[in-house]
Amino acid sequence: MKAEKTKLTEGAVVVTPASTGANKTGSWRTYKPCLDQKKCIRCGICWNFCPDNCFMLKKETENKKYKHRFEINYDYCKGCGICAKECPVKAIMMQREEK
Amino acid sequence: MASKSDDWKPGNIRGLPLEEFFHSGHGACAGCGPAITMRMITKAAGKDSIIVNATGCMEVVSTKYPTTSWGLPWVHGAFENAAPIASGIHAALAAQGTRAKHNIVVIAGDGATYDIGFGAISAAFERGDKFTYICYNNEAYANTGSQQSGATPKHAWTTTTPIGKIIHGKEVEKKPLTEIIAAHKIPYIATASTAYPLDLFNKIKKSFTFDGPSFINVLTPCVLTWKYDSSLSVELARLAVDTGMWLVYEIENGKFTLNIQPKGLPVKNYLAKQGRFKHLTDADIAEIQMHLDKQNKELVAERECVNKAEEKI
Ligand SMILES: Cc1ncc(C[n+]2csc(CCOP(=O)(O)OP(=O)(O)O)c2C)c(N)n1
Ligand code: SF4
Ligand code: SF4
Repeated sequence: MKAEKTKLTEGAVVVTPASTGANKTGSWRTYKPCLDQKKCIRCGICWNFCPDNCFMLKKETENKKYKHRFEINYDYCKGCGICAKECPVKAIMMQREEK
Repeated sequence: MASKSDDWKPGNIRGLPLEEFFHSGHGACAGCGPAITMRMITKAAGKDSIIVNATGCMEVVSTKYPTTSWGLPWVHGAFENAAPIASGIHAALAAQGTRAKHNIVVIAGDGATYDIGFGAISAAFERGDKFTYICYNNEAYANTGSQQSGATPKHAWTTTTPIGKIIHGKEVEKKPLTEIIAAHKIPYIATASTAYPLDLFNKIKKSFTFDGPSFINVLTPCVLTWKYDSSLSVELARLAVDTGMWLVYEIENGKFTLNIQPKGLPVKNYLAKQGRFKHLTDADIAEIQMHLDKQNKELVAERECVNKAEEKI
């Protein structure tokens, strides 16, 4: 296969900010964090410490006690386990990835 | 502005601003401490900031051409040139009359800061150009496969300080860079740790209020170099502070404040979790503990002495 040529911008300037989204680093994972919404107290510690910005803040619809919930973006989660380790109420469990 | 304290109260989402400027899809190792720190730094810097990034992991993993993880204006120069580039941006904005609108933030590894860029940083601080220089300090040249830097602690394994019959890891103490920078008497100097995000956040915000250079040295664990399970990055950043391996303090217009009192945990708790220290004997650990206690005591005593002298003037 002939390698496709990348057209260089002047000075190799990148004109598309926040554009690494196509690189789905979730494929690196061997362990998967599973978040138990019933245990989660919405403290945001996992969100703070995830190196890959995988905690998405969503509107809560089921639990009246909270306005928001976190959901994990598995497209980018590399399975490092920091969120599970740092969660103060052990709401996140690491489970072997089955792909 | 985030609250000053780091105790999280259950039930509410507290902490850093939600807006992201260091986006997913970057190629840092799973659990990378510096990548966590990039999210925190950019949140504190905010949308009107200009980032100058020295060569190193955070530059390499975030900018696979033609894409970028950064959501802010970002410049990369040569390994040793981040501070002079920041000086240039400062001068250009001043000439345009738009300097007040932007924060200029240098982000550089410890190799770039302690060693190769050091002379240029010193010159920029001598000139007094206004920008915030942040060293994300993973205590080695990680991107080229973990060579020792001036920030590598004594006894640590790196590829250039191997464990063998003749040498057992790094043979000399690390360079006291924060104190060397403090000798430049720039308005604001601080240390921080990835495990204390609000402390780091507030220090970055504060650095923008000074009319001159600021320097922040952030200790941040590297999975590859320090050799530990990737889930431990924040735990190690916390243990470094709790054992006194990393003092968290600031020097604001000459006035020293120890921001986090070390808990006095034995340094062994920190060392034993890392493969780069696994060759240490009990005698080595005792030596490290003794040196640490002495060094921390001296630093605090010297700085408090300066505080007192300044009060008298
Ligand atoms: C002048 C020069 N020498 C060497 C290199 C090769 N190099 C690229 S990244 C790097 C290591 C950077 O180390 P550090 O500043 O500690 O950042 P880290 O990789 O740990 O994030 C080196 C040596 C280079 N790019 N330029
Ligand atoms: S396992 Fe690591 S990458 Fe995945 S969500 Fe948790 S902290 Fe983020
Ligand atoms: S080598 Fe270290 S600093 Fe570099 S990406 Fe990996 S964990 Fe991060």
